[in-house]
Amino acid sequence: MGEVYLPILVLGILGAAFAVFSVAAPSIIGPRRYNRARLDAYECGIDPTPQPIGGGRFPIKYYLTAMLFIVFDIEIVFLYPFAVAFDQLRLFGLIEMAVFIVTVLAVYAYVWRRGGLEWD
Amino acid sequence: MNPTTPQYGDLALFGHDPLWLVILKALVLFIGLVLLTLFTTWFERRVVARMQQRVGPNRAGPFGLLVPLADGIKLALKEGITPANADKVVYLLAPMIAAAAAMLVFAVIPLGPVVSIFGVSTPLQLTDFSVSTLYILAIASIGIYGIVLAGWSSGSTYSLLGGLRSSAQMVSYEIAMGLSFVAVFLYAGSMSTSQIVAGQTDWWYAVLLLPSFVIYLISMVGETNRAPFDLPEAEGELVAGFHTEYSGLRWAMFFLAEYVNMINVSAVAITLFLGGWRAPAPISTVWSGANDGWWPILWFLGKILVMLFVFVWLRGTLPRLRYDQFMRFGWKVLIPISIVWILLVSAWRGIRNEYGTDLRTTLIWLGVILFAIAAIAFLLDLRRAPEDEVVEPTYDPYAGGYPVPPLPGQEFTYTRRAPQTVPATVVETSALESTGQELEGDRNE
Repeated sequence: MGEVYLPILVLGILGAAFAVFSVAAPSIIGPRRYNRARLDAYECGIDPTPQPIGGGRFPIKYYLTAMLFIVFDIEIVFLYPFAVAFDQLRLFGLIEMAVFIVTVLAVYAYVWRRGGLEWD
Repeated sequence: MNPTTPQYGDLALFGHDPLWLVILKALVLFIGLVLLTLFTTWFERRVVARMQQRVGPNRAGPFGLLVPLADGIKLALKEGITPANADKVVYLLAPMIAAAAAMLVFAVIPLGPVVSIFGVSTPLQLTDFSVSTLYILAIASIGIYGIVLAGWSSGSTYSLLGGLRSSAQMVSYEIAMGLSFVAVFLYAGSMSTSQIVAGQTDWWYAVLLLPSFVIYLISMVGETNRAPFDLPEAEGELVAGFHTEYSGLRWAMFFLAEYVNMINVSAVAITLFLGGWRAPAPISTVWSGANDGWWPILWFLGKILVMLFVFVWLRGTLPRLRYDQFMRFGWKVLIPISIVWILLVSAWRGIRNEYGTDLRTTLIWLGVILFAIAAIAFLLDLRRAPEDEVVEPTYDPYAGGYPVPPLPGQEFTYTRRAPQTVPATVVETSALESTGQELEGDRNE
């Protein structure tokens, strides 16, 4: 059974070797000339804004988007097996799934009304 | 191996290759992908040039085909800068993740039927298993890490903003993408790519499930960060987004990942919606041998080229969206449409499974639904009809004493400065006629 995953491993090793080589290569074949200004963060020529790595705080919108993504991703995870086994589940599966989707849609409508999907 | 050789579309075909064949296939696939990427960069520059009334690169080699190679050599000889402010380990890890993950998707893309390579009978596909489409989505998600970590670790404001944008964008459009697959699984009854291709022998799913296909097309452009959805690297706002701080071959890894991802999503679109490696309809009807042997690779490459042309076409035509418009489109348009479409498709298929599949019942049901829609529309229209009637405003210059209250016993008489739409209720017909003639006479003078 594990044999079907072996080719992925082989391809993954090829891709990873290529990527590691390409990332390591510049420090071997590329020129190395020290220049303090070049090692600064690029900000169109002015002195870069001092900031911690990771930029400190960023808008909460991204967090909300991530949480909503999880809600819908889990819905998708449930939808896939349902779709594959649809012909065996017959009408029972259809009604069950319709109830589930409508429930998620209610949550979706709530988020929409509360402005969770607004970006500004 | 088995006394009965499994047909195409059977998962028992896979996992029997000897190791040398696996390595050979993986190597050919890898080199093919890199070459196709180089070709795509050239193709994009040439086609965009044509769209902008330019010639494009045409000096190095025939038709400028060696330009990507020259670019690669130039990039390899550049200094690899690691900014002083960067998180060194993550900074170097990010391009590796992006490039390696992009390469992995093609492992489960079917390129053709069973052929014989050096006497070993094997399908033209690296591997396949019952959840290979799920595998594609998983690998695509790992690719996001490359971009997000690159933006995070560079220690630059532009990079960080680009990485954040990219994470929110790809995550949002992945939902629409995932939902568009559901209808395909519903019809194919499987998540394995080779079985989905086998299910499209008669009809492509792009025809049967057109809304799914359109949603996938839109979300795949958002997923690859390509114009008009290239907000993570919007050069007008963010310089170059997440790869602002990268140079040389490390930058080239992101470039490679973007182009390989373009090819990947095109290949997935072809596999799930456009009949996979099967020849398009006019060829396969005329020539019965079109789907045998090595020919399918030709059809597959042809379809890939068409999809890549669509990418370039979009880039050459559409301006970039604003970020809030872009997110609104993903969350408020694509997702509800896909969910409603899934409900419709599953209801349709469920009813068809339960109550017969013959054409007459289908058409009767379709007719009943259409009749119901027409009846509802008609009734709604009847109710609305009186409101739509244009009510003639009767002109009464003395109404409510405005603009001038009438003197006692004063009647309205028509003057030339009064509007010509004075109805008969106000002015006597004969008077109107005479003034009309008067007016005409005036004009004739």
